[in-house]
Amino acid sequence: MKRKISFTLNGHTVQTEIDTNLTLLALLRDQLGLKGTKEGCGMGDCGACTVLLNGMTVNSCIFPAMEVEGKTVVTIEGVADKEGNLHPLQKAFVEHGAIQCGYCTPGMVLSAKALLDENPHPTEEEIRKGIAGNLCRCTGYVQIVEAIKAAVHD
Amino acid sequence: MTKMLDYPEPETLAEALTLLAHYGDRAMCIAGGTDVIPRLKKKQISPEALISLNRVAGLGSIDLNGALRIGAGTTHRTIEKSALIRERFSALTDAVDVLGSVQIRNVGTIGGNICTAAPSADTAPPLLVLGAQARAVSLKGERMIPLETFFQGPGKSILTPEEIVTEFIIPTPLPCSASAYWKHQRRLALDLPILGVAVQLTLDKRTCPLPGNLNDEGSWPAIWQALAQERPVCREVKIALGVAAPVPMRARKAEALLQGQVLTPELLEEAARIASEEAQPRDSVRGEAWYRKEMVRVFVKRMVLKCVERIACGETPAVELPGKA
Repeated sequence: MKRKISFTLNGHTVQTEIDTNLTLLALLRDQLGLKGTKEGCGMGDCGACTVLLNGMTVNSCIFPAMEVEGKTVVTIEGVADKEGNLHPLQKAFVEHGAIQCGYCTPGMVLSAKALLDENPHPTEEEIRKGIAGNLCRCTGYVQIVEAIKAAVHD
Repeated sequence: MTKMLDYPEPETLAEALTLLAHYGDRAMCIAGGTDVIPRLKKKQISPEALISLNRVAGLGSIDLNGALRIGAGTTHRTIEKSALIRERFSALTDAVDVLGSVQIRNVGTIGGNICTAAPSADTAPPLLVLGAQARAVSLKGERMIPLETFFQGPGKSILTPEEIVTEFIIPTPLPCSASAYWKHQRRLALDLPILGVAVQLTLDKRTCPLPGNLNDEGSWPAIWQALAQERPVCREVKIALGVAAPVPMRARKAEALLQGQVLTPELLEEAARIASEEAQPRDSVRGEAWYRKEMVRVFVKRMVLKCVERIACGETPAVELPGKA
């Protein structure tokens, strides 16, 4: 069964036809070609597929694409500005070595962004809680927390 | 997700109920999808239709008017941020605070957590001790279901295929009450509980703040000594356990021992031991039965004392809110 949906993706209106059984992750990667969002576990346990839905983080791998109708989605491709300048969080991740294999990075950056958008001066504990839904297999959490702290001070 | 599905998105409860009556057990309701979609992906379920409740008006609000009403579509995140629930119904905040991850809490709902009827549902023990009832509605009418009778087995609830839970109704706690929930887990996030313990306690008076930290064994002699001196009376106590039996359960024998009695260290130790005997956990990958029983003993004790501490600290306000039952 196909349905037409319309939503805002990284600032642009997208109108497309989808299968009703599609996940948001499959819509983004396979149908719209935005490969920045990663699939890890595919079950909502690792956070690699994190995107922002109306400013809040969701695991796109277990989120029905049908539910984005009329909503606003931001993926990692929509975090830098229009000229391609990196977001302060992205710069901080680069500068603090918060990226090892990079697979968790898009989701990690989006979780950090949602946290700072809501709470611009989080404590370390709040940072750790904010990214608790994002697993880093390289276990580079110390640098990730440092990067987020540095972005807070910028 | 695998096979093609109908995905109706009703905008009113009446429409949703009509759709549910039409599909019967060939459909499932979906809200945040954090339980439904993984089960669909693992092919544990294969409904013909997912009826989305996300556009149904009026399912997502929290208000206090005589009793606390929490719409079934309220997300865990909304509950986590509610100051009202944090102050007066703390056990529920304790539960959603450690449920899944931010991503899960942003979309997962209390209605979904309960209706999935998993033995490990974090919101179940708090709702049990808080005395919650679920309002279940179908085209034939509606009924109030005490949470006590809601769960029938792992993944099984008392709901008929035509019913939708619209809200949970929780009586306002008495003065000098507090509640607490402990999720015993290996990690701080993205884990299911090895055991969940919720307690709601009403004392005859506020004690002095307990000295020391409940999680620090070194503090215990001082805590026991303070309790032995204060001698507060347990006016009401409810104890609920998650993952300690096929369904979330009350530890009624332990409650009965404490009811109306002076809360002495000896009595509390005995009540915790009895709760541990009442528990009927199984061995699983997350924990063996003997260990779970032992942890029931440890955490029933700690959660009762957590309530004493919360009552002492006035984390529940002394001021009565309007419309108290």
